[in-house]
Formats: sequence, structure tokens, C-alpha cells
Amino acid sequence: MKKRILALTLAGTMTMGLLAGCGGGSTESAAPSDATESTAPAESASAAEGGVIKIGGIGPLTGGAAVYGLATKQGAEVAVEEINALGGLQFSLDFQDDEGDAEKAVNAYNKLKGNGVQLIYGCTTTTPCVAVAAETFNDRYFQLTPSASSTSVTEGKDNVFQVCFTDPNQGTTAADYIKDNGLGTKVAVIYNNGDAYSTGIYNSFQSEADTIGLEIVTVQTFPDDTNTDFTVQLSAAKDAGADLVFMPIYYTPASLILNQAKTMGYAPTFFGCDGMDGILDLEGFDVSLAEGLMLMTPFNAWGEDERTVSFVKAYQDAYGTIPNQFAADGYDCIYAIYEACMKAGITAETSPTDVCEKLIATFTDSAFSVDGLTGTGMTWGTNGEVTKAPVVVKVEGGVYVTQ
Amino acid sequence: MIEKEVIVLSLLNNLINGISLGSVYAIIALGYTMVYGIAKMLNFAHGDVIMVGAYICFFATQNFGLNPVVGVILAMLVCTVLGIVIERLAYKPLRSAPSLAVLITAIGVSYFLQNSALLMWKSDPKIFPKFFSYTDAEGTVHSGITLFDGQLTITYVAIVTVAACVVIMIGLTLFTGKTKMGKAMRACSEDKSAAQLMGINVNTTISMTFAIGSALAAIAGVLLCSTYQTLMPTTGSLPGIKAFTAAVFGGIGSIPGAMLGGILLGIIEIFAKTVNTQLSDAVVFGVLIVVLLVKPTGLLGKAVREKV
Amino acid sequence: MKTLSPGRKRLIDNSITYGIVIAAYIILQIMNAGGHMSPSLQGLLVPICAYITMAISLNLVVGISGELSLGHAGFMSVGAFSGVVASMSLQQAIPSGSIRLAVSMVVGALCAGVAGLIVGVPVLRLRGDYLAIVTLAFGEIIKNIINVLYVGVDQNGIHFSTANEMALNLEEGGMAILKGPMGVTSNVKLSSFTAGFILVMIALVVALNLINSRSGRAIMALRDNRIAAESVGIGATKYKLMAFVTSAVMAGAAGALYAMNFSSFAAKKFDFNTSILILVFVVLGGLGNIRGSVIAAALLYVLPELLRDFYDYRMLIYAVVLILVMLATNNPTIKGFFARFFRKEKEETAKGGAAQ
Repeated sequence: MKKRILALTLAGTMTMGLLAGCGGGSTESAAPSDATESTAPAESASAAEGGVIKIGGIGPLTGGAAVYGLATKQGAEVAVEEINALGGLQFSLDFQDDEGDAEKAVNAYNKLKGNGVQLIYGCTTTTPCVAVAAETFNDRYFQLTPSASSTSVTEGKDNVFQVCFTDPNQGTTAADYIKDNGLGTKVAVIYNNGDAYSTGIYNSFQSEADTIGLEIVTVQTFPDDTNTDFTVQLSAAKDAGADLVFMPIYYTPASLILNQAKTMGYAPTFFGCDGMDGILDLEGFDVSLAEGLMLMTPFNAWGEDERTVSFVKAYQDAYGTIPNQFAADGYDCIYAIYEACMKAGITAETSPTDVCEKLIATFTDSAFSVDGLTGTGMTWGTNGEVTKAPVVVKVEGGVYVTQ
Repeated sequence: MIEKEVIVLSLLNNLINGISLGSVYAIIALGYTMVYGIAKMLNFAHGDVIMVGAYICFFATQNFGLNPVVGVILAMLVCTVLGIVIERLAYKPLRSAPSLAVLITAIGVSYFLQNSALLMWKSDPKIFPKFFSYTDAEGTVHSGITLFDGQLTITYVAIVTVAACVVIMIGLTLFTGKTKMGKAMRACSEDKSAAQLMGINVNTTISMTFAIGSALAAIAGVLLCSTYQTLMPTTGSLPGIKAFTAAVFGGIGSIPGAMLGGILLGIIEIFAKTVNTQLSDAVVFGVLIVVLLVKPTGLLGKAVREKV
Repeated sequence: MKTLSPGRKRLIDNSITYGIVIAAYIILQIMNAGGHMSPSLQGLLVPICAYITMAISLNLVVGISGELSLGHAGFMSVGAFSGVVASMSLQQAIPSGSIRLAVSMVVGALCAGVAGLIVGVPVLRLRGDYLAIVTLAFGEIIKNIINVLYVGVDQNGIHFSTANEMALNLEEGGMAILKGPMGVTSNVKLSSFTAGFILVMIALVVALNLINSRSGRAIMALRDNRIAAESVGIGATKYKLMAFVTSAVMAGAAGALYAMNFSSFAAKKFDFNTSILILVFVVLGGLGNIRGSVIAAALLYVLPELLRDFYDYRMLIYAVVLILVMLATNNPTIKGFFARFFRKEKEETAKGGAAQ
């Protein structure tokens, strides 16, 4: 009994202390106070401008999906810094961790609401995003996600918009592209059937392939948490005589597949989707393994247009790594919000509900289009899905070459 | 048109992969089993020590350009120290506490190691170098022995893993059977207070067990990552749980049991994967349940007689 | 000092537990009505109720029955998914949200109870760590199976498949409820704090009455000395199974409550880590101590949320707090120090429990 009382006293004391600590904090400015302090200069500059528009960000910063959440956070931070330096509208980004989990994402969203944010940027991954989207829909908060690509994110919710392609869109486009360009006659698919993103792309790829007569010789899967050994899947693809392997998966497992395929002496064409972007930047990855890899990604970090170059430089200066498409999508999200806010006349005083209604009107306005890193002339339909041109790149000499 | 030969080869291939994966589980399970045998605690942080070991080796070889052998030794040293420090700070004060309190502390240590790794080494995965391959004069990379016209490959890393596992098991068996320290360990696992009365320093013995277990974890970490090549802060947790399962499978507390359990688990997992990737874990755990129902103390576990 | 009879003491003890929960509910409701509650706390109320119920339920197994279970999230998962399927398929038949919530919780509880029976019969033949590992295994198996399961509903009834969404062959107007790895994506939120409060109260009544009943004493006797208990005619399997299934039923109801609070969740959520999280609540609250479980679950669930202001260091601090609390509560010096402040009580529940 003593032990219990002691345990609870200790826990209670700590909790109370924290309650007291954050009671005051929650009403103050919601600028992110993490180590990078990217928006700190903006805070002082904003004083003259009559307030800062508060954006609440949600994504995984811990757990298995942390790397994607961090990229969307950092890409957005680069954009916020640039926008604030322009001196016009001022933004602050309050980014909360959701651990890639729906429950934690809703908690993060509620926390952001308490912190007084005016709109929501996120979530990075699908399941949390759907959960938060239902909340923002009820509460009338505008929400723009950089990378949650399932159609269920936007389905039935007028306030949720995507900057990335939807999964079905990617699957269909990939099948058409492979067929039209004659990249392969016998296709093997390796996908992660424990993951919504991967399953979503595969389903539409399969049905489009059936429609256009693209032969799929084998479909191999791997479950989410044991994505370390692919010899079984690769052997099956090899035995089936596949000359193209379609892999709608993230880059970490993809790097292993390329490696293990090399070990097996199996060299088909590998074709990936946007989740594959980032593979060249993996620390310790032998980029020569990715030679000839094709992927559909909206963002090419080796692109030569001025914006890409300056974004890549700013990102590298701040975080020391080459940005991937998650970061670029995040960057574009903030710019889309920026342009929409300018157009709709949003200020720091606009209530979240007004922000929501005004931004919905702006985003669905056919005259509203955004030029970003991941596409020029991006427009949005009333269903929240983005319209932009898909880009296919091929890895040549360790960099992307746009096809 | 599937020929018999192809089926046999693919079975053989899976068997080799299974033994290789199982050997890694076995090395991890040895660490679990030794600690359990003596401290009677489930050290859930063991899986994260593996991850730390792999990171140390990664940075030693990639960032400081050290020889892989030096890298492994360095990883073993760091993990040994880490193991002893964890034991002294977190587990030793709880020696007389109920075993669940120690279990929760171990979970706390596991969270601590994972989140420290996340802060120190960031979340982006590292691709672990291939230590066990060489490039010949023509520039081709050789990473294994090829048999039957390239239809069957036995990777060098698989050979090294299995060899390491066998060597470690024999070494540990000799150590616990022949040396004074090893005998002290066995005495402690039988009866701590009696061991103490016989002049054995129980605390030193337990620390020693943690040191050996953690050094093994470092080796396991390097082997695991050279086989599967990704390294993240969460790398150790799933193999940790699997190895724990393997240790129980073989009979927790038994050194040959850990080895047998690990290898069987690896083989079952790989074969289950060829049938259905998504349910492979379910199959592995299903087999485990059946085995434990038939033999409730694991394959080689001692039946504990209850005192009346 | 006047000594109270055991019966009186127990009555007082239980009344305090009920009192704490009722008082917390009333205070929070008043705060809510007065608009003094942050959105963050508001959002936490239902999950807290679900986790409290989970902690009470697990305490029946780990604390009262003395068997370490590492797969309790599996039962929560069964309850969550069956509850959602029930609620979604009855959307037309039962228009009232609160009745549908109640139905889904009952369905969740029943399904989890059946799962508990299936798991319990073989599992309870084992002892100690072997039992623990088998519960872990069952938790993982349940997760794996739900991960491949597709469930949809149309006017012909409920359809199941393990292949994909298309294989459900739904008619026009039908909808897929559970979509394999994507889990549930279009759930209608029904849970409320009041529903959560009622569930916690029911769980408390069931747990406290079980503990103080003849069966409860039999279960604890088996925990403390199985051989002695069996020798006086207490059937081990029957009573252990009783605790295990009751616990699974509660977990199922908690799972349904939890699920009905989110429009989207996947089987991945209910993994080993969630089982461990609940175990942490139970151990920290005190084995066999129901009131401790309630308080520990509430405090420990809120803790990481409060630590959000520490950003990157949040989970690290959580880990350190966990270790320090465990060390401090088991340290003889600190224990002795606190002992002087608290009335000496019989260590009736603090003992045992961990018996493995």
C-alpha cells in the first residue's frame, strides 16, 4: 500500500507540476520551441505586421514513421522562414508529434486547438490523417495534408485538401506509363500489404493493368513490421520471369530489395512511386544499386529550376540532408496556404471557422492555382484532390533524370 | 512447368535463409536466457542494446573509417559498459523487488534507449555496410558462394552468422561448465543466498552476466544489420521480442535451448513467409503456442518441481 | 486505535474508490460546462476512460489472478473491431447514437469474452513466463488476423473476405467497414465522456464485487498458493478462467468505447506496446489494487500529453519518469520514509501478484 501511495504521489506531483507549467504556456504564442528555432526570427519581425497566422502541424516525430514526419516538418519550416523573410504575412508553425498513431494524432490536434492555431497542416500518414480529418470537419478547421494520400482522407469532408497525388491516381498512372512506354512485358509487384499507402496503390494498379492488358505475373507482399528479408519475394519474381518489378513502397524497404536483388544477380527494371523518393539520400546506401531505377515522384532534388535549387540549398543548410518529396510537399503546402491566405485576406485575427470557409472557397476556386516544387499550376477540386502533372524520373549516375 | 529440382533448391534456399535468421535470433536469445537464468528477470531492453551495438559499429566503420573487426570490438566494448551501467543503475536497486517491478523498469530502459537513439542518431534509416563481401579484380562484388549454376547462393554473412552462433554457444557452454566464474553463475542461478554463503560475490556475478549478454547483443546487432542492412532506432525491438520468444520456445534459462529455439524460429518464420507473408508471424506464434501446450516448459527447459 | 472489522474496512475502501471516480466525473463535467477545460483535456477524457477500464481489467488477471498477460491489447482489438462492425451495420436499424454505442459495447464485450475463453482454456494450463509468452503470442496472432480481414455490409448482411475490398462483392449502397491493413476509415464517432464514466463504474462494480466474493477469494488463494488452494477443493482452471474471461469481457467493452471515439484506426494500434502500456498502468497502480489502477491509468495517460511542450524530449522524459518511479517505489529508504506518514496497513494485496 505504501508503495502504491508513493508511486501515485510521485506521479501526481510531477503531473501537477507540469499542469501548472503548461497552464500558462498554452495561452501564449504557439511558435515551435524546438532546437532548430527556425521561426524564432519571424516572431520578432512579426510584431510590426500585426500578428502571426498560427499553423498547427501534425506528424510522426517519434516511432517507426518518424523520418517521414520530420521531413514534412522541416520542409514546412523552410517555407515558413522564407515567407516570413518576405515581410508580408507572417506564419508560425506549431508542429506536434503523433507517433504515426490515430489516437495520438487526435490528441495532438486537440492540443493545437488549445494552443490557438487557425488551421491544420498534416498529418503525414494516412490513418492518423483520417482520424484528424473527421475532427477538423466537425470543428470547421481548414486542413491541408502534405502526404496522406488515401482517398479516405478527403472523402466526404469539404475542408480537407491534399498536396500529394492520391493512391489510386498513382497506381493508375504507373500502369499506364509502364504500358505506354513498353518498360516491361511481365510485371511483378512487391507491395506492403500491412500499409494503407502501398495497398491503395497496388489495388488501382492491378485493376488498371487488367483493363489495359498489362500482364502481372506475380504479386508478392510483405507485412509491415518484418520488412527486412525479401529473398522470398524476389525469388518468386525471378522464377516467374518478371522483367519489371513494380514496388509501391517506401524507400527503406526498397533499398533492401535493390540490395538483395543485386546479391541474387536479379536485374529487372524496378519501378517505384513517390514513397521511393529519398532512396539516394539514405546514409550508407550504395547509390549504384539504384542505377536505372524509375520512380514517379513529383519532386526532383537535382532539378535545375531556380526554386528547387534554392529550396535544396536552404534545406541542406538548415538540416544537412537532401530534401525528399515529403519535405517538398510540406514546403508546397505552406506556400499553398500562404497564397490562399493572401487571396482570401486571412489575418492573425481571423477565427478558425472563418479561415476554414474562406480557404475552402479559395482552394476550390478554379482561378486559384499554385506553382510549387512538386508541380506547376496545382489546382484543387471540391473533393480535395490535387491536380498536377505526374513526373517520372530515372536514376542515372546517382541523380534523378526527369523522363 | 515446375521441376522437382527447382522445388528442392528453393526449399534449400529457404532453409539456409531460415538458419541464418535463426542464428541471429539464437545469439540474441542467448543473452536473454543468461540474464533470465541468473537474475530471473526478462530484460526487455536487450533488443535495444542490439540497436546501440549496431549504431556504434556503423559509425566506427563509416564515419571514422575503422576496420570492421575494430568496429565490432568497439561495439562490444560499448555495449558491455552499457549493459553493466544499466544493471547497476536500474536493476540492482530492485534486486529484492517483485519481478514485475523489474520488468517495468526494463521497459522504461528500453524506451529510454530508443528515444535517446532517436535524438542522437535521428530517425532516418542508415544502410548498414556489407562487411562480408569482396570485390574481385574485374569489379564484381562477391557476397556469397554460388552453387548449381547460380540457382543457390549461400551468402558469406549467413556462413559467418551461423559459425558465430555455434562458436558462441560452445564457448558459453564451456564457460559455464569449466571456469570458476561460469560455475559461480550456475550457483547463483540455483540459489543466490547459498551461493553467497559459499563465498561467491553475487553482485559481481550478475554484472558479469549482463556484460556477457550485452557483448553478445553487440555481435548480434552487427550480424543482424549486415544481413538485413537497415538500421533505425526501432531496429532492435522486433528481433528482441522474437528472440525472447525463441528463448522461451527452447526453454528459458537453457543455453542449448536458446540456440535450438532461435534456429527453429528462424526456419519457421522463413517458411511461413513463403506461404503467406502477412500471416507469417501468426504462424510462428501459433507453432510456439502448440509447442508450449505440449511441452509447457519449452523444448529443453527443466520442469520445475513445485515445493509443497 | 480502534480496529475495524474486515467487512467494514472493505466497504469504506470500496466507497473511496467509487467516490474518487464519481467526484472526478462531476468535477470534470462542471469544468466542462463552465468552459474551463482545454480542448486537449476534453479530447483525452474518452481514451482515459477506456484505458482505466483496460487497467482494471488487466489487474484482474495480473494482480488478482497472478498471471502475467502480455497480450491484453488483443482483447481490446477484438472488442474494438467487432464493436465498430456492429455499430456500422446497425446504422439504419438503430438511429439513436447512444443505444448504438451501448449495443456496440455489448457486442465488443461478448466477442472479446469468446476470444478470452478460446485463449484462456489452453493458456491457463501454463505457468509463469511461459503463460506470459503465450498471451503475447495470442495478442500478435489476433493483430495479424485482423490485419488481413476485410468486412463490409450491404442489405444482404455482413460480408467477410481475406483477399481485398473487391472480394467482398458488396451490392450497390453497401460499404466496407474494415479494410485490412487500412483498418476502419469511416467510423461514426459515438463515444462520450458520460458513456466512458458509466463503463468505468460498471467495470469497478464488477471487479470489486468479484474480488470480494467467494470466487474472488478462491482466485486469490490460487494465486498465493496454488497447491494449498487445490488441496482444499478449489478448481484452478475454473476460477482462473473466470478471472481471465471477465477481464477479456471488460477489455472488449473498453475497446469498443475506444474505437467509437475515432473515425479511423487500424489493427496495428493494438500491438505489444499497447499491452505493455496497460501493464505499466497496473504495476504502477499496485498489483491487485483497483483504485491504484484507476489513478495510475489516468495520470500516466495524461503525462506524455502534458510533456508535449518539451517536444523532442517528451518520450525520453516519460521513460526517465517511469524508471525513477519504479526505483523510488521499491527503494527501502524512501519506502521507510513514507511509511511513517501513512497508516500501517496489512499488505494483503501488495504481496503476491507477481508470483510466477
